[in-house]
Amino acid sequence: MSNNLNFHFNVDGENFSSAGEASVVVKKKLRQLGFPPDIIRRVSIAMYEGEINMVIHANGGDADVTVDDDYITIVLKDTGPGIPDVSLAMQEGYSTARESIRALGFGAGMGLPNMKKYTDSMEIDTTVGVGTTITMKIALNK
Amino acid sequence: MKICEIKDLLGAEVLCGEELLEHDVASACCSDMMSDVLAYVKDQGVLVTGLVNPQVIRTANMMDMVCIVFVRNKEPSEAMLDLARDFGLVVMRSSLRAFEACGRLYEGGLGGKAGDAHVE
Ligand SMILES: Nc1ncnc2c1ncn2[C@@H]1O[C@H](COP(=O)(O)OP(=O)(O)O)[C@@H](O)[C@H]1O
Ligand SMILES: [Mg+2]
Repeated sequence: MSNNLNFHFNVDGENFSSAGEASVVVKKKLRQLGFPPDIIRRVSIAMYEGEINMVIHANGGDADVTVDDDYITIVLKDTGPGIPDVSLAMQEGYSTARESIRALGFGAGMGLPNMKKYTDSMEIDTTVGVGTTITMKIALNK
Repeated sequence: MKICEIKDLLGAEVLCGEELLEHDVASACCSDMMSDVLAYVKDQGVLVTGLVNPQVIRTANMMDMVCIVFVRNKEPSEAMLDLARDFGLVVMRSSLRAFEACGRLYEGGLGGKAGDAHVE
């Protein structure tokens, strides 16, 4: 507990070009801290997918990453439109992304399922018209 | 296969990462959907793509790849190349189409590990 690490990022929803910058920084930090490559890969993919979602679906938000003795915790919080039907959104291939987003290489409907797959737990707290907070944990089981 | 062999097989121009051309890679993947790369790719070190935007570079970084091949002579911006340099990625550009580029790499001995990539 004494050596918890926290990283905070403001994710810019206006600029697709910069989407993913927070995930890049986290990946770099985790490498410097010497975490195993598979843990880093899982954190990277889950956070990157979530960060991209905040940009393409929710006009940006805040990303917080905490590292403690047991877990790497990623909290992605936005004040976007919310997700009306979470179980539908969790289905592989389901996407409301516009064609312009697909042309940028995203919107295959694999993000949320992928985030779940690569993390040990994922909670989605969402209210239509208010926003979405996604909390993902990756166990360090050292 | 060494990255310099990829360059030769594709008649490609190296845009950054020349110092990494002796690096070895075992397999490659090809996609214009970064979503699919994030979902299905496992340990492929090379990404062949016709999509050009900074997310291609970041996706390759997230997946621990070492080389990106832009097909159809797509030209990445200087900002994208700076990002790639920062990540230690080789970026090259070939005039071939994706199908032809992948065919040459596969024939040259670079696998796709398709079996592994879709099994989890
Ligand atoms: N942060 C978010 N805010 C609002 N809607 C979201 C958010 N994240 C995901 N969604 C919804 O869930 C759907 C599925 O998300 P995902 O699996 O990442 O696929 P994709 O991003 O490719 O559409 C999205 O199309 C969108 O409708
Ligand atoms: Mg998504």
